[in-house]
Amino acid sequence: MSEITTDVVSHLANLARIALTPEEIEKLTGELGAIVDSVAKVSEVATPDVPATSHPIPLVNIFRPDVPGKTLTTEEALAGAPEHDGSRFKVSAILGEEQ
Amino acid sequence: MSLITLSAADLAAKLQSGEVSSVEATQAHLDRIAAVDGDVHAFLHVNSAALEAAATVDAQRAAGEKLGPLAGVPIAIKDVLCTIGMPSTAGSKILEGWIPPYDATPVALLRAAGLIPLGKTNMDEFAMGSSTEHSAYGPTRNPWDFDRIPGGSGGGSAAALAAFEAPLALGSDTGGSIRQPGAVTGTVGVKPTYGGVSRYGAIALASSLDQVGPVTRTVLDAGLLHDVIGKYDPRDSTSLKDAWPSFADAAREGARAESLKGLRIGVVKELDSPGFQPGVTQRFHEAIELLTSAGAEIVEVSAPHFEYAVAAYYVILPAEASSNLAKFDSVRFGMRAKVSGTVEDVMAATREAGFGPEVKRRIILGTYALSAGYYDAYYGSAQKVRTLIQRDFASAFEKADVLISPSAPTTAFKFGEKIDDPLAMYLNDVTTIPANLAGVPGMSLPIGLAPEDGLPVGFQIMAPAREDARLYALGATLERLLEEKWGRTLISQAPAL
Repeated sequence: MSEITTDVVSHLANLARIALTPEEIEKLTGELGAIVDSVAKVSEVATPDVPATSHPIPLVNIFRPDVPGKTLTTEEALAGAPEHDGSRFKVSAILGEEQ
Repeated sequence: MSLITLSAADLAAKLQSGEVSSVEATQAHLDRIAAVDGDVHAFLHVNSAALEAAATVDAQRAAGEKLGPLAGVPIAIKDVLCTIGMPSTAGSKILEGWIPPYDATPVALLRAAGLIPLGKTNMDEFAMGSSTEHSAYGPTRNPWDFDRIPGGSGGGSAAALAAFEAPLALGSDTGGSIRQPGAVTGTVGVKPTYGGVSRYGAIALASSLDQVGPVTRTVLDAGLLHDVIGKYDPRDSTSLKDAWPSFADAAREGARAESLKGLRIGVVKELDSPGFQPGVTQRFHEAIELLTSAGAEIVEVSAPHFEYAVAAYYVILPAEASSNLAKFDSVRFGMRAKVSGTVEDVMAATREAGFGPEVKRRIILGTYALSAGYYDAYYGSAQKVRTLIQRDFASAFEKADVLISPSAPTTAFKFGEKIDDPLAMYLNDVTTIPANLAGVPGMSLPIGLAPEDGLPVGFQIMAPAREDARLYALGATLERLLEEKWGRTLISQAPAL
């Protein structure tokens, strides 16, 4: 059986920056436990002699000359932002008050 | 009816001869959308500039400009692709109303080739699902039976084709999101070789698996569309520089082929109906007989590691998705929850409010699979399984030129049937996932209706990486053999709506 507990899910939610409700954490704990148990079978055949494949088609790094090209204008880049001041994205405080 | 039931190839011929204008063809499809999409719900957005684009192409044609083969033909675009001037939400509330400042490369190529974007099609949120039930904007209904799912994630594109709301569509396929909707709606879908079509501007789900491809009603139409979008793109570092042959030509040659003598077709033993719906198995075996009678050599091949494919996929996909979806941080685009607190509080509240249950499930699963102490056991092992699956493909392709299987284990299932059981939903992808893990191309085409429920059954063809042309050649031959046998197309039997 997996080691998925409500504390684990709570911690993962914090890492993933999703403010899950207690009900969601409870439900996900059961679901993730079942999914993790099911996908754990990958380790059955993943013996040390098998190399890992990260990418289906072998490729090497692609480089291009470092020359300025056409980019988005400031207006275009800010057009979809929830909040901006005309030249920058606006967010609330990065640090909490006590910090 | 006639303009909307034509294949894209036939419509293109009428446009070229001047018999029909692009404005007329576009209007006919907009009228059809207005008439039936209230029931089907294939579209999330209809392009208000479509007629204007069509008039431009008509004017270019009148002026004698050289136009591409599909110029003036309308097309629907899966909402996962970024489009200037049209919202692009990937089926998520977190991107509601977002209009990208750039076109995805496949969309830019379509526009340059004179195709007319009709609008954006519905999908499971961020392409996570097999039924469109995970769309934040409500499900799409299968035109063959409104109580059933149209497949997913690209159910909107496939349903738009089956309901004659569009003659062509674009989809994206990470674990079967083009092929499985094709199978359950009686349409054709192709996942090209990984890297064959640019992913630039396709909102990423799992970057090592995602591939954009054609959704059509005929094999030739898929080839024509693939020819338009299959171009090297320096903005996608995984884009292949291959000089591709014309896939439309491959389809035309396949349709003309007198015999399949000399072609070795491999039936993948592990995907030959272990517990599949009996009607799916029956139609699959009938299609094999048809291919045999046309002279093909049928060989059984074994891919022993395919049974690990779904498990590997549901480690790799959530891991990559959890990383890709970190960009939805309420800062640069998309929604922002109205809460007070630090930027991280706002971010967490936004992601809680903006993501649906399946997206949260997969982000949490991916975060777990990538976390310290578990990385080797899950992600590392899954990547090794990927190697084993590639080896299975390599040895199978020594014995056979193409591999075949049913495209999906069942016909379209009913709404609600699997929504509360994520594992049952995941197992639905057992036939399509191996091709994504190995990067090889795959096609689904309709081979009949299952006797028990009268719903379409899909046939999958897979080829070695970079040999997409083989899909089109064999697909077009099988399509012609079936139509000769039936005396009509399968899609012509779809309900009139």
